[in-house]
Amino acid sequence: MAKMSGAQILLECLRQEGVEFIFGYPGGAVLPIYDALYDYRDIKHILVRHEQGAAHMADGYARATGKVGVCLVTSGPGATNLITGIATAQMDSIPIVALTGQVRTTNIGKDAFQETDAIGISMPITKHNYLLKRTEDIPRVIAEAFYIAQSGRPGPVLVDIPLDVSLGKVEWEPSSYQKDPDIPSYRPTYKGHEMQIRKAAQAIKEAKRPVLYVGGGAVQSGAQAEVTELSERTNILVTTTLMGKGAIDENHPNSLGMLGMHGTAYANHAVHNCDLLIAVGARFDDRVTGKLDQFAKYAKVIHIDIDPAEIGKVVHCDIPIVGDVKTVLRELLKYVEPRPATEWNRQIMEWKRKFPLIYPRDGQMHAEYVIDEIWRVTEGNAIVTTGVGQHQMWAAQYYKVKRPRQFITSGGLGTMGFGMPAAIGVQFAFPNETVVCIDGDGSFQMTVQELMTAVVYELPIIVAIINNRSLGMVRQWQELFWSERYSEVDLQASPDFVKLAEAYGAIGMRVTKPEEVEPALREAMSQRKKPVIIDFVVPTEENVYPMIPSGQSIEQMMLRKDLEQLRASVDTDGEQWSFADQEQILKQFVEQPARQ
Amino acid sequence: MAGITDNGKEHQHTITALVQNHPGVLARVAGLFARRGFNIESLAVSVTENPEVSRMTIVARGDDRVLEQITKQLNKLIEVIRVVDYVEHSAVERELALIKVNAEPKDRSEILQLAEVFRGRVIDVGEKTFLIELTGGPDKIDAFARLMAPYGIREMARTGVIAMARGTKTA
Ligand SMILES: Cc1ncc(C[n+]2csc(CCOP(=O)(O)OP(=O)(O)O)c2C)c(N)n1
Ligand SMILES: [Mg+2]
Repeated sequence: MAKMSGAQILLECLRQEGVEFIFGYPGGAVLPIYDALYDYRDIKHILVRHEQGAAHMADGYARATGKVGVCLVTSGPGATNLITGIATAQMDSIPIVALTGQVRTTNIGKDAFQETDAIGISMPITKHNYLLKRTEDIPRVIAEAFYIAQSGRPGPVLVDIPLDVSLGKVEWEPSSYQKDPDIPSYRPTYKGHEMQIRKAAQAIKEAKRPVLYVGGGAVQSGAQAEVTELSERTNILVTTTLMGKGAIDENHPNSLGMLGMHGTAYANHAVHNCDLLIAVGARFDDRVTGKLDQFAKYAKVIHIDIDPAEIGKVVHCDIPIVGDVKTVLRELLKYVEPRPATEWNRQIMEWKRKFPLIYPRDGQMHAEYVIDEIWRVTEGNAIVTTGVGQHQMWAAQYYKVKRPRQFITSGGLGTMGFGMPAAIGVQFAFPNETVVCIDGDGSFQMTVQELMTAVVYELPIIVAIINNRSLGMVRQWQELFWSERYSEVDLQASPDFVKLAEAYGAIGMRVTKPEEVEPALREAMSQRKKPVIIDFVVPTEENVYPMIPSGQSIEQMMLRKDLEQLRASVDTDGEQWSFADQEQILKQFVEQPARQ
Repeated sequence: MAGITDNGKEHQHTITALVQNHPGVLARVAGLFARRGFNIESLAVSVTENPEVSRMTIVARGDDRVLEQITKQLNKLIEVIRVVDYVEHSAVERELALIKVNAEPKDRSEILQLAEVFRGRVIDVGEKTFLIELTGGPDKIDAFARLMAPYGIREMARTGVIAMARGTKTA
């Protein structure tokens, strides 16, 4: 048996886990690992420009592929710079393994140079973490870390590696590496309880006004076919969360788009009035529910989730089913009988016609138009990443994705600056796909340094900056809820993004008129060697609608003021709708409680 | 739909967790309570008959539903093997206390009598103090401490509750 250093053992374990890329940044505590990387050809190391970028790249890679993303940083500031990225992954249940260097075991606890308690700091924002104490423990810990990250409800795992552990040499036989080890105290439940599944099928049979509410769990478990089949067989329409986008093709007639604060009015009306809410891999986030005692208040709830702690965490649940979404839905489909479309379907379609997502085509270049055009020009096939803010919500509304893992965004943590590094991780995973980062002028500037990474590795990502010269989402809240007292949201003072792109060696373009959007996008898409930054200069004073203000219910939903006018201009079947009908329509349903 | 933190009832919970005997487990468990602003009233940890497994017994008071959520989160910790929540004394609960009480010559026989009633044992007799060892449920120890208070308690140490179900049931 050959003696190997801890660093060599580590790399060999990563190789056996199928790791293709390590996104990382070197430093003193990880020098042995970087030295081992020097002549290691099986794994490609991507040198980032800031450790936060490394975490988001690993995360973007993981979201796009379903595989574990890996990042590697030094101790102290390297580790602390990762924290935002790890927390982002944790909130959206993304499998990443973060490797952090640490000072020698003999120096731990002595305020050694670049010592920080990475375990303590990351404890509340990881699924699990490990401090490696001995070189011989590396294979076991790495195997556990990968297994824990991607099994059950996925999440980030941090492994803290002291310098002497990666330096140390032990005898180790690479073929002895054991993937997916058994951890007796960790046994996720994948198979749902059969009685509960039968009960759910019965509830679906009995429901008059059912709705499917589908979240990121369905994306993670790869359940698009099952969700779609359930919806088609039963004619139950599907709304997804921000994380659930793509759990059903959003162009499918049964898709109601996103629900919640900036969800479609029709999805929210459907959920508000339903008598059976089938929650699939979703966690009733407050951005989805608004005021809890009003949310789906007539509904019985079926909740399918792999994490038992999600059941009953936020809302009462009538039929809990703990298990993997795909596995449970497959079982459920054995019992669910076909159901015809009913009056309820017609009602939701009516809402869909009455409250479309719509924006003016008035010669101005609105953000919604830009995103709609990105969707049209990429034929809905791009993998989209976003920053956080108005542009993110508009992207969620207007970029209708076809499949899971196509819309990559920081949902739970809402991390500005996520978009561009995430896009880099995605493009590494899929070099031939069109990857578009729909970013805000604020968000872009939070991780702009990673543009250099994209240039160095010749990644053709397209960054579409929805430049409203403002922290638009905060501005919107100040306009609507803080008496238009615009406090510190002005971003007039920003760099010239075209020159900035050029300074990095990327391509920069500026677009100010609607008719320039398509040609700019086509030109950007023809570029396969360089990132392209397009500065879309859009109006500042625009808001995302619909909006249900924080903590409120659908009754307080704000629609765009010109909705009726806009809809009238595109409604082609000649029927005239009046908004006074709204109350009539709702009345048919809302006075019928589901639980007697 | 009712939010689950609405009208939750408050009770005392004695939570027993079997955990892997690893460094840092205690911090993970305590963190779940601290993050939610829950005070841990008592905590006892030690290894079990299996040296790889430790048993933690945590007493906390609070909203039942929030504690149910904490219990589920405890179960989610990778190193936690099993969690049982005994609400309001459905298990046998015992604590050990050491109480150093002032024992002037005139008070000594009285204190000894009281200790005897409570099945306490005097394990050290000083010139002016007794050190009394007492086991029992927390109520019993509270009661004894109240009776000792007039003499002057110099120091008291309690182990915190450990709990076990009656009969053949195990945690
Ligand atoms: C790291 C971080 N800091 C602050 C916020 C709070 N925040 C949410 S949206 C927003 C404005 C985003 O501005 P921009 O990226 O330009 O997007 P826009 O809303 O203008 O489309 C801010 C500051 C956040 N989500 N993330
Ligand atoms: Mg902006």
